[in-house]
Amino acid sequence: MSTPHPGSPAARLRDHDVTPQPAVSPAARSVGGVAGWLDDRTGAAKGVGYLMKKVFPDHWSFMLGEVAMYSMIVCLLTGTFLTFWFVPSAGQVVYDGSYIPLKGVTMSEAYRSTLDISFDIRGGLIIRQIHHWAALMFIVALSTHMLRVFFTGAFRKPREINWVIGCILSMLAIVEGFAGYSLPDDLLSGTGLRAAEGFMQSAPVIGSYLSYLVFDGPFPGEAIIPRLYAVHVLLLPAILVGLFTVHIVMVAVQKHTQFPGPGRTNDNVVGYPVMPVYAAKAGGFFFIVFGVIAMISAVVGINPIWAYGPYDPSPVTAGSQPDWYMGFADGALRLLPGWLEFETFGFTWSLNVAIGALLLIPVMYTLMALYPFLERWVTGDQREHHLLDRPRNAPTRTGLGVAALVFYGILMFAAGNDIMAIKLGLSINDITHLFRTLIFVGPPIAFWVTKRICLSLQRRDRDMVLHGRETGHIIRTADGQFFERHEPLDPFTRWELVQHEQFQPLQLGPATDDHGVASPNARTDRLRARLSSFYFSDRVEPVTPAELEAAHHDGHRAEAIEAPEGEAHGELEASERH
Amino acid sequence: MNALAARRRHPAAIALLLLVGLLVTGAAYAALAPKQASAATATADQVEHGKKLFLANCASCHGIGAVGTDEGPALPGVGAASVDFQMGTGRMPMTAPGVQVGTKKVKFSQDEIAAVAAYIASLAPGPAIPDGEFTDGSKGDPAKGGELFRVNCAMCHNAVGSGGALTRGKYAPSLRHVDGKYIYEAMVTGPQSMPVFNDTNITPDSKRDIVAYLHAIDKSENPGGLTLGSLGPVPEGLFAWVFGLGIMVGFAVWLGSKSA
Ligand code: HEC
Ligand code: HEC
Ligand code: HEM
Repeated sequence: MSTPHPGSPAARLRDHDVTPQPAVSPAARSVGGVAGWLDDRTGAAKGVGYLMKKVFPDHWSFMLGEVAMYSMIVCLLTGTFLTFWFVPSAGQVVYDGSYIPLKGVTMSEAYRSTLDISFDIRGGLIIRQIHHWAALMFIVALSTHMLRVFFTGAFRKPREINWVIGCILSMLAIVEGFAGYSLPDDLLSGTGLRAAEGFMQSAPVIGSYLSYLVFDGPFPGEAIIPRLYAVHVLLLPAILVGLFTVHIVMVAVQKHTQFPGPGRTNDNVVGYPVMPVYAAKAGGFFFIVFGVIAMISAVVGINPIWAYGPYDPSPVTAGSQPDWYMGFADGALRLLPGWLEFETFGFTWSLNVAIGALLLIPVMYTLMALYPFLERWVTGDQREHHLLDRPRNAPTRTGLGVAALVFYGILMFAAGNDIMAIKLGLSINDITHLFRTLIFVGPPIAFWVTKRICLSLQRRDRDMVLHGRETGHIIRTADGQFFERHEPLDPFTRWELVQHEQFQPLQLGPATDDHGVASPNARTDRLRARLSSFYFSDRVEPVTPAELEAAHHDGHRAEAIEAPEGEAHGELEASERH
Repeated sequence: MNALAARRRHPAAIALLLLVGLLVTGAAYAALAPKQASAATATADQVEHGKKLFLANCASCHGIGAVGTDEGPALPGVGAASVDFQMGTGRMPMTAPGVQVGTKKVKFSQDEIAAVAAYIASLAPGPAIPDGEFTDGSKGDPAKGGELFRVNCAMCHNAVGSGGALTRGKYAPSLRHVDGKYIYEAMVTGPQSMPVFNDTNITPDSKRDIVAYLHAIDKSENPGGLTLGSLGPVPEGLFAWVFGLGIMVGFAVWLGSKSA
């Protein structure tokens, strides 16, 4: 290539060009070969190519789901390691391992094997701690992921099914965690199982049969640990992984939602293709998540089962709590007053337990799963949505979400009432009374405050669009007037503030038709109209192009400081001045 | 000798003999029952000194002669162990009323405490200050002590003695780094909301095992890493939310801001 050769001057100019070569490294060639071999036999290239070309938008909150996914994978990996040594048996043995303070104590094989994993198996303790921290992080990440989906309206059509799957995943995850927490058969896990037995027994009429069925006889029995083991390492992981796969495939098929922005529409996705950028990022992120969990596990202990001692039905320890994700149910039990247990017809109704233990979780998850359908019914909106809502632009939804969060949070904190009492030097009775009050007044207040905040943020957005950013530069005109110069927004920023739409409350149709016949749907229509006005009667309309035009016409220069209307009435000013 | 023999039928002789007999038995009992030693060997001087200290520091609440007032309970019968515990851990003299008397810096020397203890013990018998033999954790069996502790104490003090909440602002305190003597005395006297564990409930040997267990925990390093206060799953969950999630989101923001 370097030897000059005759030719036209134009051709000679290209003399030193390097012709692009296909990837030629031997490794790449053999990968290509293997891929080709596989493709010839499976035809996978088409599907893989489809997935590889998927585009994934960038926003940190879109990665919460990934944190959940990777934490789950970490659980699966470390859990498999644990199964090599864990013995799921309630058989009694005398401990003779290397943890001196328990030497000679009688305990179950499950507990002994967990002690052995912790003290006598190389790397066992760190794997146990990684497993448990990953479980906590899994559910933390999954919950925040759900919150992201909720508050941005990502559950709207066509993603309702995936929302429902997510709800089921979340519920199964906490059950999976509870099953795992109960396996080591230490004092805390046994106390948790004892509580679970009580929950089952609180079921009216069938309670004691149910408990006998699950425990295969009276508590604690020998059956529960092997049964929970099968549930924990086989049944639930299989369902979780299955549902999760469906969940991810649906995301790929329906494409990821994105935040509104210039060039982002309901019909495209702006971001990086999965291959290579996104895959590299995601692959790296897996190692980051694994690394962070491993680091936490190396530094901070979790569930020191040796300190709690083996389970024995008589003792119980102060500070008996479940892991955080079961905290809300425990909190509900701590808040429910004792008088809800009463006797009629010779039966004891333990509603003080049953409401928190048996009703709360199904009711909560059902409401959650149904929410998208409820909202769609109220808005009457049948369109597909691929652009997310900014939470402020859906004030009622955001308010409802925060109210639910506050409700959940109060229950969760109530489970720590004893820890709060000692750490803050308060009376546990006062804390409980406070929470009992808050559980009723907290959510409505949270709803109202959040909705107001959303509406005022929307008003501020309107103001920004109409009048630009306040620069703080004061200008004096020749005739002595003072102005503050406002800088107009650039079109990209402005677009984000005006792109959304605002629903109007539904109008109630006539209750009777022309012939005076009552409409068969009158009742549901009324309900729907009432809900719709609950959702949308307070609203701030986004700035329309006409309004914007009017505002600009009003003067690019500035806003009079002594303008009679306050800044908050931007929309009035814009149209009425002159 | 003859004089003694001559008077051996004197009417007072029988009384004298009885007296000598009692003294000998008493002395022998005192010598052979070491647990009561401090009460029995208290000198009159010590009791007198204790009485003075009591009048100066305690009588305002407990009354002259420790008979009790509205401010404080009567003390005869609580025993030297109770006084030693209350003063030795800085609970008494109480300064501020509250739902539960807390501990403060100990203001008295061990001699002064022993004097007041001797004075209170002289009013009526009660549990004595335990012998060092039974308060030395290194002579006990921590594994047995652990079992006893979980059955008898963990419901209030937590499985590793980190403390726990009781009703209406009362609490069972943390048992980290408590002297063996005070652990023992707490069991025999049952301060405030704590029940009494007498020697038939938990024998002195078993009490020593409990001391051994608590001291073993004091010395042990947690093999798992930081303990987050040994308060169970609540701080663990808090940690996952605050630090775990915080770090993850930090990384996510960082990755999201890195464009291709
Ligand atoms: C401000 C009032 C006050 C003062 C001063 C005070 N006490 Fe007390 N004391 C109390 C009260 C109230 C209680 C009951 C609560 C408790 O058991 O801790 C109590 C309890 C006790 C007990 C435990 C009784 C039992 O049932 O075991 C002893 C022993 C005791 N005090 C000794 C003393 C001694 C010794 C002093 C002086 C150094 C003293 N107190 C000073 C108020 C006081
Ligand atoms: C009903 C709950 C309860 C039980 C059971 C209980 N305690 Fe306590 N314990 C308390 C309370 C309350 C106090 C605080 C008393 C005070 O401050 O006067 C206490 C104080 C103590 C102290 C004094 C700590 C200090 O700060 O100096 C020791 C030691 C102690 N307990 C040991 C035990 C042991 C050992 C057991 C089991 C044999 C036990 N306790 C069982 C409630 C309990
Ligand atoms: C996917 C979600 C999972 C979650 C949330 C989860 C959660 C837990 C928890 C909280 C514990 C108690 C750990 C402790 O502190 O001792 C536990 C124990 C255990 N888990 Fe899992 N786990 C999951 C998956 C798995 C899988 C897939 C396996 C096996 C293949 C497994 C095997 C085990 C075993 C053997 C134990 C008992 C041993 C021990 O406690 O050390 N786990 N799990």
